Formats: sequence, C-alpha cells, structure tokens
Amino acid sequence: MSKRELTSKDSGTRGNPRVEIVRSEAPSELLRELVAHLRQNRTQLREEWVVRITETRLLTAMTKEEIFAEATSVYDSYVEALETEAFEALQAYARNLSERIIPRGVETHEVVGIVLLLRDVLARSLFAKYQTDFKKLNRILDAYEPAANRIANTVAVGFVQERERVIRQQQEAIRELSTPVLQVRERLLILPIIGVIDPQRARQLTEQLLRGIRTNRAKVVVIDITGVAAMDVTVANHLVQTVEASRLLGATVIVTGLSPEIAQTLVTIGVDLGKMNTVGDLQGGIEQAERLLGYKVVTLAEPR
Amino acid sequence: MEVPILKQGEVLIATFQAALSDADLNHLRMGLVQQVVKFRSRAVIVDVTAMDVMDSFASRTLREIALMIRLRGAETVIVGIQPEVAFAMVQLGLTLEGVATALDLEEGLAYLNEKFKTTN
Repeated sequence: MSKRELTSKDSGTRGNPRVEIVRSEAPSELLRELVAHLRQNRTQLREEWVVRITETRLLTAMTKEEIFAEATSVYDSYVEALETEAFEALQAYARNLSERIIPRGVETHEVVGIVLLLRDVLARSLFAKYQTDFKKLNRILDAYEPAANRIANTVAVGFVQERERVIRQQQEAIRELSTPVLQVRERLLILPIIGVIDPQRARQLTEQLLRGIRTNRAKVVVIDITGVAAMDVTVANHLVQTVEASRLLGATVIVTGLSPEIAQTLVTIGVDLGKMNTVGDLQGGIEQAERLLGYKVVTLAEPR
Repeated sequence: MEVPILKQGEVLIATFQAALSDADLNHLRMGLVQQVVKFRSRAVIVDVTAMDVMDSFASRTLREIALMIRLRGAETVIVGIQPEVAFAMVQLGLTLEGVATALDLEEGLAYLNEKFKTTN
C-alpha cells in the first residue's frame, strides 16, 4: 500500500503541471486490513459493544452471561461475513440464532438494534484508527459500509424469516387441533367449527369431512357453526361447496348454529340457500338427523 | 374400452374404469340406454369408484345418461365418487344436480330398495 507522489521536483518533465498519482489499494486489500484490525481488537470492541447493548436496554430478557456468549459468536460471524462475503452462511447463522432467542422473548427491534450498535462500534474504531488519514478513512469506509449494511439486512431478514416459520408452524398446529369430525350415531357425523375460518382452514375442513364421510359411511352430517362469529363471501361459498361435495358422496348436510350476523351475511351476498339444509341449533340439527336416519328417541324412565 | 355392465334383477350396474376417453363415454351413453330398453330395467347404478379424475365432459355425460334413462322410466344412481374428485368437481361447479348419488354400491342398492318399496 504505497502512495507515490510525482512532483515537478523529481520528474524530469519540462514545464508540465504538478501531477499527483496515487496508487490506491484494491477493495479486497482494504477489507483484509479492516478485518485484521477488527480481529486484533476483538476483545476490546466486543466489550464496548456489550456495554452499549446494556446501556440501550436491549436484550433485557437475557442475562449478562448469555448476552456475552451470544455477543462473542455474533461478533465472530460478523467479522467472518465481512471477510468472506458469504452472506448465505450469515443468514443461516441468523436463523439459527433466532431459533434460540425467539423463545426467550427477544423482539425484532432488539436484534436489529444490536446489529446496528455493533456496526456503530466498529465504525467508531475505524474513525479512531484512521483519524490522521482522512482519504484512507474514506476508502476504508467505502469498503466497510456496503458490507456492514448488507450484514444488518441479512441478520434482520433471517430473524424475521424464523419468526414467520414459527408462526406458520403454530397456525398449522391450531388448524389440526380444531377440526374434529365426530361420529355420534351410526351413519351420523358432527363437525363442530369454532373460531375463525379462513379459506385455507375451510379447505382443510372440507377435505377432512369428505374423508370422514367415506370412512364412517355417514349418511347425515351436522355442521355446527355456533362458534363462528363471522364469515366472508369466500368462506360462505366454500360452505355451499362442502354441502354439494358431501351430497356427491351420498350424505345429507344439515348446517346449524348460524348467528344473526352470519345469517345476514349469507342473505346479503345472495348465497343459494336452497342448496343448504339449515336448522337453528345443534340440538335441533341432531334431532332432525336422527329423524332422517330413522331413529326414534324414547324416554324409558324418569331421569334420576 | 369395454365397460362391464352387470345385471342384478331389475338393476343394471355399470362399472366405469379409470381412464375413459370421450369416445368411450359417448359409446357408453348410447349403450346403457339400449341395455335399459333390452332388459326393461328399473334402475342403473353407475360405479365411478375407479375414476380418480372427473372432468366436465365426463360429468356432463353422466347427467345426460341419467336424464336419458329417466325418459325410459328408470332411475340412475351414481356411486363411489372419491372425496378428492368430489371436491374438485364442486370447485368447477359440476354438481350433478338432479342426479341421485350414494357412497358405494351397497348404499346405492339400499337407496333403490327403499325407492322401489315406496313406489310399489
């Protein structure tokens, strides 16, 4: 890394104006110099960073020891990313880190916050080191800044992706829990629906119901939606389709428990209610189903 | 492809195979009605258990078969529609409206027995 200045003094050129030729370092050289500096001062810079994290009151869900441990591995990954520019590895690391700390209650803003703090701490150390050589400082920053920003971005994205994965997993678990198809008599199934039905859940309900009709050889199905507060056009149409598909398998569907709001929605959007067999409540639905199946309920003795 | 048509008393049972071409379906439409005439059947059960897809042409043909057979005074029951097929059909709006359906052959025969009992 030499700087060579040509002045009229040492060149033999006649009457040429002063020319300054500066041989600049290649970006990769600068990066290497930068990385070397960060590795040399690792202990001190990491300590400074941890202090800043505590001052800014981030990662309050973690103990000081835990913060220190994580800080060490994050610092090393950060510097390695600067050196190798292997951002996929960094993203994998970020997702892995997120998997560990999300259950501890760490929020997105905290993760982004600490990465930015590290960027600041490292930048300051560069200012300090190259304060006498402003031009060099600028070149170092030219190499450092895009890489540092990309790192911050990568870590944030990795964290968010992990959160989204967890959310999807939980949604899947909820969906599986909440769509039981229950046989209450020979040839009679009940499908009690509770909560919010989105198109995806509606689809899953239908698939489960149709499979249940075939497995249990059901002739009547009571779909109870007492536990459903509201329904939009898509889901309402899906309900009609479920009724039609069940008929193709030879089963009659009775829908019970329509709330006033849902009744209003269905009428307003003009769903073909002729295709739907509805009864007020679940009890009425079961009684009608029993009639359709030829059951008769008789009281043998007074309840004790 | 020949579709086997079996006779069980007053009921004809036609078992559709998995991959029926449009030509096969057209052939069947005529063939089934001719058989109803020949044997003076009161009902036809069309078993589509083996069909894993049902397109709009097949669906329309089934409806037409049922309507033509009804003109001969006989009843048609479609049995064995698979859950995945039923789901796909209703999404395409193919509801086989006006045609009786049942879960399988056993159910189809039970349905017809009930029907004949009440009409006799």
